[in-house]
Amino acid sequence: MTKISLNLITGRTIQQGVSMEGGKEKKAYTKACGIIEMDPSDMKKLNVWKNTNVRVTSEFGTVIVKAVEATQGPHPGLAYIPMGPWANMVIDPNTYSMGMPTFKGVPIEVEVAINEPIYDSQELVRRACGLKV
Amino acid sequence: MANIVSDVICPFCGTLCDDLEVELSDDGKKILEVYHACAIGAEKFLHSQAEDRITRPRMMQEDGTTKEVSYEEAAKYTAKILCEAKKPLMYGWSSTSCEAQSVGHSVAEAVGGIVDNTATVCHGSSLIAVQDVGIPSCTLGEAMNRADRVVFWGCNPAHAHPRHMSRYSVYPRGFFTGKGSKSRKVVVIDPRKTDTASLADVHLQLEQGRDYELLSALRVAFRGEKLPDVVAGIPKDQIYEAADLLKSGRFVIIYFGMGVTQSLGKNHNIDIAIGVTRDLNDYTKAAIMPMRGHYNVTGSGEVLGWQYGFPFCVDLSRGIARYNPGETSSNDLLMRDEVDAVFVLGSDPGAHFPISSVKKISELPSVAIDPHLTPTTAVCKLHVPVAFVGVEVGGCCYRMDNVPIESRKVVDPPEGMLTDQEFLEMVLAEVRKCKGV
Repeated sequence: MTKISLNLITGRTIQQGVSMEGGKEKKAYTKACGIIEMDPSDMKKLNVWKNTNVRVTSEFGTVIVKAVEATQGPHPGLAYIPMGPWANMVIDPNTYSMGMPTFKGVPIEVEVAINEPIYDSQELVRRACGLKV
Repeated sequence: MANIVSDVICPFCGTLCDDLEVELSDDGKKILEVYHACAIGAEKFLHSQAEDRITRPRMMQEDGTTKEVSYEEAAKYTAKILCEAKKPLMYGWSSTSCEAQSVGHSVAEAVGGIVDNTATVCHGSSLIAVQDVGIPSCTLGEAMNRADRVVFWGCNPAHAHPRHMSRYSVYPRGFFTGKGSKSRKVVVIDPRKTDTASLADVHLQLEQGRDYELLSALRVAFRGEKLPDVVAGIPKDQIYEAADLLKSGRFVIIYFGMGVTQSLGKNHNIDIAIGVTRDLNDYTKAAIMPMRGHYNVTGSGEVLGWQYGFPFCVDLSRGIARYNPGETSSNDLLMRDEVDAVFVLGSDPGAHFPISSVKKISELPSVAIDPHLTPTTAVCKLHVPVAFVGVEVGGCCYRMDNVPIESRKVVDPPEGMLTDQEFLEMVLAEVRKCKGV
């Protein structure tokens, strides 16, 4: 299976903001944030169609999200997951003694995971914390 | 005639738009429409009307289900976990009013807790840099009326502060900027060609995480010294051109966001961005401003500032106020197992903290006070829903330029629901009883 290495950044998108205020338990929030925005050239390298589930893995964790073509680009080599619990499964929690985890600039690997499910925000976090769902 | 409330304050981002109009039903009980707000602000007002809204506190059961409890029981449980803890973390405070924050700080003082706000994962780096080197800043009104060179560094207001550009930074016609966007040059520095970058006169698409190098290069270019051929992925000619463009302005304003505060370098990136601003003042007038996220995160910093002298990461566990980001900051405390209870109000660490910190919250006695269902309420032992500040109760909020604005109440909260200030006052009374004060 093809795997590609990318640099991950996170941040706000307007869809993330609107769906967050509309309720983080709703499907719209998963649709807005349970995604990874990739450059078309990187999607080609990964050999993946738009809107396919992929596994994102970093030194710090792993998460299943949907691969979508970046709306704000181009930026080959750079991946973007909107801020939220999906991004936070893989970002670097190291604060380097100043309080702020490293939300931007995390090396990740992406591979196709077409049959894996994308959990909603509540289920994702409860599963990760070992709580009943 | 339509029942319209005008001059409503938007309780979403730090831009704190104050020109909203909200149309109510004839009996004044329901919000029908929101005018002038951005998509996010409008959704916030409309979501408060959701029929599936939780209106009573809920306690998590062993089997993962929840049980409804009264506000009195919820206040007692909250007071109990805070009083029994040696070092409780009281985090959030950015989506509530200054009045509620102040009551919360009284609780923290009584139980010897740690008070930290969302700056810890947002503009905490900026606050540290400001303490190190100071900040030449201004208000948004000054920027609107004077700034003819606008820099957005590592921020994307088209998505995160949707009305910032139309109200203050790019489009409005000000006293000395009578031609609106035509009287301004916009420079965007971002590793992606964002929607904000697509509106810019100059976009420097730097390599991610190389902000410090590019800021240093600008300082070199201002002085007319030699640069290497390429810095941070940007050819030197573009850097000299950008430097000349900034120097030629009458008033430069630099807005910066998470692109610089969350990338490696963190507070040092801000140090040097402030250095760039200081340098520009040798040639013209320049100011710099952080793009604050939550509508009252600035207020939390202000209230903590005048009560304890520090804007976030305030440790009250020793009876005096201590401040040491890296030690007294939420994520460091959680990951090092240094707190034994967690109280969250007006924030969602479940969604916005690294998962390793969220796991720790789920293992501790915990309470989340939030009008919404969130990943935080999904892992905390108790969820206390409260009225929306800025929609169902008024209160003081601070805009990103440190200007206080009184938010307005538009409708009543659902019957029997408390505001966060009322709930905190109940908790404070219980804590005082428990501590025998």
